[in-house]
Amino acid sequence: MRTLLTSALLVLVSLGARAELNIQITQGVDNPIPIAVVPFSWQGSGVLSEDVAQIVINDLEQVGEFRALSRSNMLSMPSEENQVFFRDWRVLAQDYLLVGKIDRAPGSQLVQVQYELFDINREMKLAGEILTGSVAQLRDIGHEISNVVFEQVTGIRGAFTTQILYIVSEDIAPGEQIFRLEKADYDGARAQVLLESREPIMSPSWSPDGQQVAYVSFETDLPRIYTQNIATGQRRQITNYPNINSSPVWSPDGSKLAMVLSKDGSPDIYVQDLTNNQLLRVTNHPQIDTEPSWTPDGNSLVFMSDRTGQPQIYQMELGAASYNVERLTYDCFQCMKAKFLPDGVNLVHVRRETRQSPNYQISILNVDTLRVITLTDTSLDESPSVAPNGSMIMYATKFAGRGVLDAVSIDGRVKFRLPSSRGDVREPAWSPYFN
Amino acid sequence: MGKQRNQFSKIGLLAFTLLTLAACGATSETEDTGADDGGQVASTPPPATSSASNDSGQLTQEQIRAQNALRQTVFYFDFDVAEFKPEDRQTLTYHARDLAANPNKRVRLEGHADERGTREYNLALGERRANGILNYFIVNGASRSQVEVVSYGEERPAARGQNENSYSQNRRVEVVTR
Repeated sequence: MRTLLTSALLVLVSLGARAELNIQITQGVDNPIPIAVVPFSWQGSGVLSEDVAQIVINDLEQVGEFRALSRSNMLSMPSEENQVFFRDWRVLAQDYLLVGKIDRAPGSQLVQVQYELFDINREMKLAGEILTGSVAQLRDIGHEISNVVFEQVTGIRGAFTTQILYIVSEDIAPGEQIFRLEKADYDGARAQVLLESREPIMSPSWSPDGQQVAYVSFETDLPRIYTQNIATGQRRQITNYPNINSSPVWSPDGSKLAMVLSKDGSPDIYVQDLTNNQLLRVTNHPQIDTEPSWTPDGNSLVFMSDRTGQPQIYQMELGAASYNVERLTYDCFQCMKAKFLPDGVNLVHVRRETRQSPNYQISILNVDTLRVITLTDTSLDESPSVAPNGSMIMYATKFAGRGVLDAVSIDGRVKFRLPSSRGDVREPAWSPYFN
Repeated sequence: MGKQRNQFSKIGLLAFTLLTLAACGATSETEDTGADDGGQVASTPPPATSSASNDSGQLTQEQIRAQNALRQTVFYFDFDVAEFKPEDRQTLTYHARDLAANPNKRVRLEGHADERGTREYNLALGERRANGILNYFIVNGASRSQVEVVSYGEERPAARGQNENSYSQNRRVEVVTR
């Protein structure tokens, strides 16, 4: 076994040097749902650090389905039901109204947030409750309220309390880079550094319970797979095979990691059992097989292979003979990095249409109808990751020469961007639901 | 049906691989098994590094050529191509003979790709490029244990721009003496 060069500088704590991501809406829908979100009243002393109503507005507008009424146009500022006059909101052509108030919780440092959601046209209350937490949790409470509003109005579960992982690289001196694995709210707020290194970090992936992350780190000078408990920072090196160890992805039940190893020659797909460390070889082909992802039922793996000359997407049932591989894409010059949506029919992937058009874009292939929808129009799009409610896809692209994270709705109508104040940001991984 | 198609394309691929091997055995991408030193494919003459300098103690022409060749440690590749360029063959031969003549010398072949295409594929492409040079070294007398291969994919670009000039500088294998 070779000796390890420990030139990597590892920091497992959150640092001030994290990238701040600030959301920008770049494209919205034509007819967004009008909603009035009245500033929540605050009964305590001093000024609250968070504007809960504004957090809800930002959430709802980011996903593009909603447009919030400007505060300056409001005719009244109710904070609870008995102050609401539906007429005030009907004349402003609003469909929904959210009001709320924040109080000190009796006898504690906590605050309690009461909110109520109304349907203006039907003049009825749709939802309302009191959420209690610390002042530091006001942002979480705001996202929680957004989840309720979104689900009440659209019927789809909200993903506003989810988080993202991503990689940041920054040049610190000529030829010297620093790499960070960071975690943030889905909108880029409250970024935290999970790992920092002078050597590359790649391919972050959430465990299905949202408690752990798997990734590739070159900290020993070679690409090796690690898992890390997010809360405790405790790490475990999962692989130390010769050559490439990459692309870790958790099985839907969390018991296994699919991965790519080139220990037997060329990169092939393997599955490692995390409880008994047993390694199962899935593909066996002299060309490149990589980018595994699990089908929603956990029985098959989708992967990319250039066995016919250019990258195409294939699917293989676990335990099947290695020649029993089904090819899923035929109509692209290169199709890569694929993953099924929860429906098991629509396949999100990176597509380069022809050799002549050098653009890499995020597309969805319906494997039943073979219909392809291309969602993006930039040229270096990669690493698509789907929100747990299936409504948005976050991906990495280049803007003004820098790596940024963009998101697009599954129908392509809505886009937003999380530009970074520093460094190149890439490889977003959208978390599962945490509860 | 799909199954049959795949078997067919696999056979086609195998035939293609054999043809490629026949055409340019030294640059094939097939993996060495690790244990052997590539002796079975030694179609090229054994290391011919001229060992003696001439009487006056000056370097021979051949030694000068070898020294110059060893100064080139970065080798560039065409887009989506894993084989090194024909014009680098002679320089790489000198590198291989240098390893053969100095069994204690160790090198690391660091493979890189440009940013187009996905990161994982580029990681694999970088390894494929480095392995091409690794195999050429072994065929020309280097020992497998002298050479370590690592791919950085697109993670460590040499140039930053989104243009062919930068991309061509990033598609490379660096020979790093350890």
